[in-house]
Amino acid sequence: MNAVACEDFHAREGYPTLKGLPARAGLGLKPEHYSHVLEARPDVGFFEVHAENYMGAGGPPHHYLEAVAGLYPLSLHGVGLSIGAAGPLDTAHLRRLRDLIDRYRPQSFSEHLAWSTHDTGFLNDLLPLPYTPETLARVSQHVDEAQQAIGRQLLLENPSTYLLFAESTIDEIDFLEAVAARTGCGLLLDVNNVMVSCVNHRLDPAAYIDRFPVERVGEIHLAGYDETVDGAGDRLLIDAHGSPVKTDVMALYDLTLARTGPVPTLIEWDNDVPAFPTLHAEAVRVDALIASQAARRNVLKRAG
Amino acid sequence: MDFATGQHAFAQALLHADAPLPVGLTGASGTADAARFAVYRNNVHVGLTRALAQRFGVTEQLVGAEFFAGMARAYAQDRKPSSPLIINYGDDFPDFIAGFGPAQALPYLPDVARLEAAWTQAYHAADATPLALARLASLAPEALAGLVLFPHPSATLLRSPHPVGAIWAAHQGTELADIEAWQPETVLVVRPEMAVNVHVLPAQDGLFAARLFAGGTLGAAAEAALTEQPTFDFGAALVGLLSLGAFADIHHGDVP
Repeated sequence: MNAVACEDFHAREGYPTLKGLPARAGLGLKPEHYSHVLEARPDVGFFEVHAENYMGAGGPPHHYLEAVAGLYPLSLHGVGLSIGAAGPLDTAHLRRLRDLIDRYRPQSFSEHLAWSTHDTGFLNDLLPLPYTPETLARVSQHVDEAQQAIGRQLLLENPSTYLLFAESTIDEIDFLEAVAARTGCGLLLDVNNVMVSCVNHRLDPAAYIDRFPVERVGEIHLAGYDETVDGAGDRLLIDAHGSPVKTDVMALYDLTLARTGPVPTLIEWDNDVPAFPTLHAEAVRVDALIASQAARRNVLKRAG
Repeated sequence: MDFATGQHAFAQALLHADAPLPVGLTGASGTADAARFAVYRNNVHVGLTRALAQRFGVTEQLVGAEFFAGMARAYAQDRKPSSPLIINYGDDFPDFIAGFGPAQALPYLPDVARLEAAWTQAYHAADATPLALARLASLAPEALAGLVLFPHPSATLLRSPHPVGAIWAAHQGTELADIEAWQPETVLVVRPEMAVNVHVLPAQDGLFAARLFAGGTLGAAAEAALTEQPTFDFGAALVGLLSLGAFADIHHGDVP
């Protein structure tokens, strides 16, 4: 593929990636913005929805998603498959995911390196797991099973964590890379989660980004975190999705782009959802960073 | 400790606020901090109680945020969603409220919650074209009596000894509206197209609608309504329900 020609051609619409989403800023599609998006048709690279919100039989969610998916590229993001569970995957849920993917043909499907279902039911949170040879085998088996069920590649997202497991013997990046190598899945790099986990565990976020296998990254997530302190008075960042992307995360994102090049990038804002212009302003901010990264690359290519 | 045992211990500690931290957790400082584990506990409880507050907004207004949060926590403590479909969470919250001691002072509260549960079910229900009056008009009059009408997939009929529809409607604006008469109501929640509608049916149509929704024939439903209220107007009641989109299809004779 002639990258320079391609980027020039798509300078307005965005930069195509192998994963199918344009390398532009995308936004979460929220019910309060359905009508506005359809009427105003804002210049947004793509929209993302949580798969589980579209698993009802009918009604406005499907009506509007169908209309929006006809106008914009779509990313489907699962929050309930519980890939990191010790127990088996929920086959009924896999079928629901497959049906949704067959119906909407999203350009991307992603899920989390986390668990949320236990015998007591669905816990509605993305919970952490130790990184050991046993859990690596289990997660790889689940990703493999999920990809077979839905008939396509999934992107696995790095988690935000607040605690560590003493029994972990595998580094998180190595763990993700090993799952990808074993299953052929791609990775979703959540830069806010990198900041949250690294600050919480006193690691260097830039070093995390430096080591991340960027060639496997199909999408990036950004979000706003909350900040508090733990029992010892140490900084404790919480993945909150209820505010603009913080300055340090934006800087880390720019650093990430320098490694990855232009990548489809979602701004997650799921709680206290603001009016659409506020969300859109975040997308404009991110598009500018992507465009300047693309421009820098073109200059480098021409110079080389 | 194997994976399954460790995860089970984590889940147990998560669900019980007074349980000790699970063993095997640590942090950058070399110890597991309780405030950090509390983030996970909080996420689970806040996530579920927030989902209930979003679905049962009028119920929350009626009792206040603090009371509602306590009631939702009590419900969520022993009732986790049975699937990742959080859109269905709280289907039996109204029944829980009916048995929740501190809420007994508000006898209408469970029915208001039932109306709100029905609203969400209607929102996500299968789409269907409502049954048109023309379908019935084409039938011979003597065929009507044996006809069974299938409710629209989005429809719920709620018969309450309280004015639940009026209470619900009074809380839809920014200012509280008055409730004109404190009387029993039959409420139809239905989504014939994309908007969920809440209708208070004329009082004399309540039993008729209830019999139809229970699968009774038009003839039997009309007879019951007439017995209860001799001024019952069969034509007006049937045309009224059809115009609201209450039904989706017809069936001749008893449903097998």
